[in-house]
Amino acid sequence: MRPASSRRAPLALLAPAAVGLVFLVLPLVGLLYRTPWTTLPARLTEPGILTALRLSLVTATIATGICLVLGVPLAWLLARVEFRGRRLVRALVTVPLVLPPVVGGVALLLVFGRRGLIGGWLDTTFGVTLPFTTAGVVVAEAFVAMPFLVIAVEGALRGADARYEEAAATLGAGRWTTFTHVTLPLVAPGVAAGAVLCWARALGEFGATITFAGNFPGRTQTMPLAVYLALETDLEAAIVLSLILLTVSVVILASLRDRWVSA
Amino acid sequence: MRIAALVLTLVLGLGVAGCGDGGGGGGAAPAGSTPAVGGPVTVFAAASLTESFTRIGKDFEAAHPGTTVTFSFAGSSALATQINQGAPADVFASAAPANMATVTEAGNAGGAPRVFARNQLVIAVPKGNPAHVTTLAGLAAPGVKVALCAPQVPCGAAARKAFDAAGVTVTPVTQEQDVKAALSKVTLGEVDAALVYRTDARAASADVDAVEFPESAGAINDYPIVVLKDAPNRTAAEAFVAYVLSEPARRVLTEAGFQAP
Repeated sequence: MRPASSRRAPLALLAPAAVGLVFLVLPLVGLLYRTPWTTLPARLTEPGILTALRLSLVTATIATGICLVLGVPLAWLLARVEFRGRRLVRALVTVPLVLPPVVGGVALLLVFGRRGLIGGWLDTTFGVTLPFTTAGVVVAEAFVAMPFLVIAVEGALRGADARYEEAAATLGAGRWTTFTHVTLPLVAPGVAAGAVLCWARALGEFGATITFAGNFPGRTQTMPLAVYLALETDLEAAIVLSLILLTVSVVILASLRDRWVSA
Repeated sequence: MRIAALVLTLVLGLGVAGCGDGGGGGGAAPAGSTPAVGGPVTVFAAASLTESFTRIGKDFEAAHPGTTVTFSFAGSSALATQINQGAPADVFASAAPANMATVTEAGNAGGAPRVFARNQLVIAVPKGNPAHVTTLAGLAAPGVKVALCAPQVPCGAAARKAFDAAGVTVTPVTQEQDVKAALSKVTLGEVDAALVYRTDARAASADVDAVEFPESAGAINDYPIVVLKDAPNRTAAEAFVAYVLSEPARRVLTEAGFQAP
């Protein structure tokens, strides 16, 4: 029996795959085609750009950290524990995926805003308000990006062989020890892939951020917001900003991937 | 980019043309020398025109059976960009001459823009004015959270003019992408005040109170309107612009809080 990979791929799969690839790459070509290469160096050194880029990278990374801390246990719960209403919980976890991000932003305001369910209490008790702060950006990004992580990790957990965990349990390991010493190393690639997806989604987040955290340079104006506002007056500036965001994320993702694959 | 715009125009243009044949061809034109007004009209209008233009659009459809008016409401600067990128619109109504100039300078206007209304800024505050904002200078008080429009949007430019005239420096917590977004932050109670147009505050009078301030007289916005050069339905577009400049439309605008030009 020959391995599947050496057989010729059928045209019925190749043709749509090629069209799909072109469809995804073509807009990028459009951006590159219209990039003002001559004025690029001057534009790159504009002060607002670095501020927005740094804010984007920092908030997306913190948001991914929060998603890992909360999302991995949630994925474990969905994959490993039988409980009533599990299907409902799984559906609820994916809500931010289908919710238009702007609506997500309004929903966050209704909960964490000054007059919100929890926000009002936070404000009066601790004097903490999330909207219009960098912390608010992180909250908006984590809300929108967490489902990507949960789904990826849950998939990895379901694919992992549960017999290793059973063996650990037979040898006297508790559930926590099993989780940290057996389960987590087993699904590490899945967690990494989920974290990457989550980070990328957080980096590109626009709708929930502008609605919940507002738009103020240096505090809540991330790259996507800067791009959107630049688009209204200066198309070239918007293209340059997008290109920077693209380049930085591709470089980071590519370098991370190499490390994981070789490890 | 030009190719992309062309494709977009073609695709959308075909759709619009298809609708036009169905709508315009079906309605028998009344006897007269003027070409029959019919079919769809696409109007790109400033966000602050949402309420009044929606009503004017309905009135226009009633006055010209066979026409359907479709609106795209957004910040004037966003609309100007879309038009210059080849969006298939018939009419552009801007909240400031500067954004209209973006379109005319790119050669995309089909004539000279005409001013049909003027608007003035007010301070919108949540019902009951919890932060007790009574003057423009009050917005600079510590602890008062203010939402402004981004400087590239007409309401943001007008706000900047008013602050300069008053010699007040206000640091907002957010710069919103259009006037309605700034207003919604007041409606939700997330900010203590926002500078919006009188018309927007009036449209949301159930949730917000308006505080008038004298410096707004120095930052009045003219609203120009124009038929676009590549208007897919030029006849109806011209009829719509004429209607906006007519007496019935002016009454709707005045009722909404606009001033006559």
